[in-house]
Amino acid sequence: MKELIWAIPLFPLAGFLVNGFLYLAGMRRRGERERHPEGVQPAVESVKEHGHPHAHLHPETHPPFKSAHTIVGTVSVALSCLFAFGAIFDVGWKSLAHGAVQIVTLYRWIPLGVNQSVGHVPGPLGDWFVDVAFRLDSLSALMIAFVTFVGFLIHVYSVGYMGHDRGYGRYFAYLNLFMFAMLVLVLADNFLLLFVGWEGVGLCSYLLIGYDYHKKTAADAGKKAFVVNRIGDFGFILGIFGIFALFGSLEFTKVFSAAAADPARYAPYMTLVCLCLFLGACGKSAQFPLYVWLPDAMAGPTPVSALIHAATMVTAGVYMVVRCNVLFRLSPRALVVVAIIGAFTAVFAATIGIVQNDIKKVLAYSTVSQLGYMFLACGAGAFVAGIFHVLTHAFFKACLFLGSGSVIHALAGEQDVRKMGGLAPKIPTTYRTFLIATLAISGVPFFAGFFSKDAILSAVYEARFEGVPSLAKVLWAAALVTAGLTAFYMFRLVSLTFYGKYRGTEEREAAIHESPKSMTIPLIILAALSIVGGYVGIEFVDWGNLIKPFLSPILLPIAPEAAEGHAALGREIALMAASVAVAGAGILLAWTWYAKRQGRPAERLAQRWPGVYRVLSNKYYVDEFYEAVFVEGFAKEGGAFLWDFDATVVDLIPNGAAAVTRGLSWVAAAFDEYVVDGLVNGVANTLQAAYQGFRKAETGRVQNYALFMGGGLFAIVAVYLFFR
Amino acid sequence: MTVTINHFLVVSFLLFAIGFFGVLVRRNFLTVLMSVELMLNAVNLNLIAFSRRLSDLTGQVFSVFVITIAAGEAAIGLALTISLFRQRKTLNVEEADVLKG
Repeated sequence: MKELIWAIPLFPLAGFLVNGFLYLAGMRRRGERERHPEGVQPAVESVKEHGHPHAHLHPETHPPFKSAHTIVGTVSVALSCLFAFGAIFDVGWKSLAHGAVQIVTLYRWIPLGVNQSVGHVPGPLGDWFVDVAFRLDSLSALMIAFVTFVGFLIHVYSVGYMGHDRGYGRYFAYLNLFMFAMLVLVLADNFLLLFVGWEGVGLCSYLLIGYDYHKKTAADAGKKAFVVNRIGDFGFILGIFGIFALFGSLEFTKVFSAAAADPARYAPYMTLVCLCLFLGACGKSAQFPLYVWLPDAMAGPTPVSALIHAATMVTAGVYMVVRCNVLFRLSPRALVVVAIIGAFTAVFAATIGIVQNDIKKVLAYSTVSQLGYMFLACGAGAFVAGIFHVLTHAFFKACLFLGSGSVIHALAGEQDVRKMGGLAPKIPTTYRTFLIATLAISGVPFFAGFFSKDAILSAVYEARFEGVPSLAKVLWAAALVTAGLTAFYMFRLVSLTFYGKYRGTEEREAAIHESPKSMTIPLIILAALSIVGGYVGIEFVDWGNLIKPFLSPILLPIAPEAAEGHAALGREIALMAASVAVAGAGILLAWTWYAKRQGRPAERLAQRWPGVYRVLSNKYYVDEFYEAVFVEGFAKEGGAFLWDFDATVVDLIPNGAAAVTRGLSWVAAAFDEYVVDGLVNGVANTLQAAYQGFRKAETGRVQNYALFMGGGLFAIVAVYLFFR
Repeated sequence: MTVTINHFLVVSFLLFAIGFFGVLVRRNFLTVLMSVELMLNAVNLNLIAFSRRLSDLTGQVFSVFVITIAAGEAAIGLALTISLFRQRKTLNVEEADVLKG
């Protein structure tokens, strides 16, 4: 079973191929592309896009091969999930926790410096190669377990959510391709294969954001995500080059053990390499300043936002930083940068989240903020806490997104919270699961988010940053503020959506309905996990923390490293109390303002400080800034500036050069005519006399040539034999 | 009388020489092709003789290669013959002395 690790990503790949071909076959059979009839009213279109609630009126919208797509799409992921758990149980949780590593090499991908017929080439190129190899250790086991499981739930959810979409098959093909790429990413045994998965998930993200390609916003959002990610990938690939240059290998085991064994040798280069890697992580995991694509990515279908842009793909950056923890720990400066960027992003995105009115946008900024939390944990050296938060965040954020999808489904495509309200009794299952996930993300005790958030907060409080002793406290305060903001905006969202009175049109109110079973059951499972998911890491009891010893094998000991201090129990409880108090305050404030008093206090605040409100609701004008500086500035204004510069300054050089050249060329002409021409003609005449003889040999008859050839060969052999 | 390698070599040499002579002097394109075949087979004989003598199978493997190539060469040669005849209404190689088709 454990040798079958390679099968885990291959099931979704097969699913992708089958779904893709079926989809194309279906299109061909109808002799059309997915038709988006010209002149469709936007309202109709938005209804259509979000799972048609009146589909029984339009039987012809039934997508071709629908049941085949459903079966192939979900079963392939289910199989991959089964195999993932099978492989993990086969190796055993216990032995994984003791550092067991299962590596399955499929084939040698790039045999640099290895000649197949000669064997190893001596010299520095001798051992360089890249394999396609999968690696199962405790970190990747945890990742594949939750990626395949959450992925499976979201596939099931999509069956209901996308049921009436014409591009059903295309959707499942892309979703399966995404699962394949994500599994390659987390199972890869070297940086290059990791990069393949990394680009693969980026591609699928692009394809799925732009799934409704006939809508300009969706297509633009896809492009934006792709371009912004390229900036990060540029850093990532430079980091990979750096690692290859330093260690002469891209295999995780070799690189990390070499770095851990000889920190003094590699530490000086690590700051640069780690910052390059972190740039990649910033792009993929939407950290400041590359976070701008994630809020726009909400143009994709909601299950995609849940799977790719909340639970799995965006945590790839965190995964990569944790995977490279040995390298990062060698560079305290890089860790400081990671922590500061993480903390800043957490606060920054949370403040934007407060004033957003699109239910998915709030969740998107919340995701950016929570990812900042994870990086803050990594920066503080608490890699395990970071991954713990990845895990719990996957559960509750997927639940929140799917819940918001269910709300949108119920309201036939409405995403503006100002037109919602009072939905709790109408869609009770969605409400309950959404509330549980909200409690979890807010850090209310005994829900999953509480444990992981608390682990991060105490780790940051205890962290020691080299050279900046007070930084830890500042970052801790930022994280605490973020916790309060998170609780506030999440309860604002719950209050606006589910409490109070319905604020939309009556006609819509009548059509509100609970989602089908295929959507509610994944919600219930994820809500359950949002409660129990945190109990693997109870921080302050020795036997309670299961995740820390489980993940400890990936934290290779570095030669001269001080033992990690553990917070005293009393202080830990005080920290916990602080975070609970802040979360409670946020929840209470939001509930009073938005549920009890219908948002009036907030409106008053917005009126009192219109500037602040405008800045926040315009997301600090970062998009506008990028537009002005990079798009308009560098691309357009920069072009005009360069044109002027070219016409005035640069042209001086060619004009001056032309004048000088004209003078010189007159001299040269004279020289040319008498000296050079004389030489050339002389040479030509000499040669002409010489080749008159050879000309005769050029008969065009093959047999003559054969004779010359034979004669020549004979002459050479004769001379050789004679002088031997 | 035992057959030594020299016998093979002499036969091979004669075959090769005859072939080469044919290539040089015959005017008919078909005959030239056949002469080339003769040369190739002379080489084969040589290879196999040495292979036997040195107990090394490489020579035999090579001769199999040569036979394969010879088959291809014959196919292309005959195609050329047909093409040539269609163009010039003759198979005299002396008249095929320009590169233009």
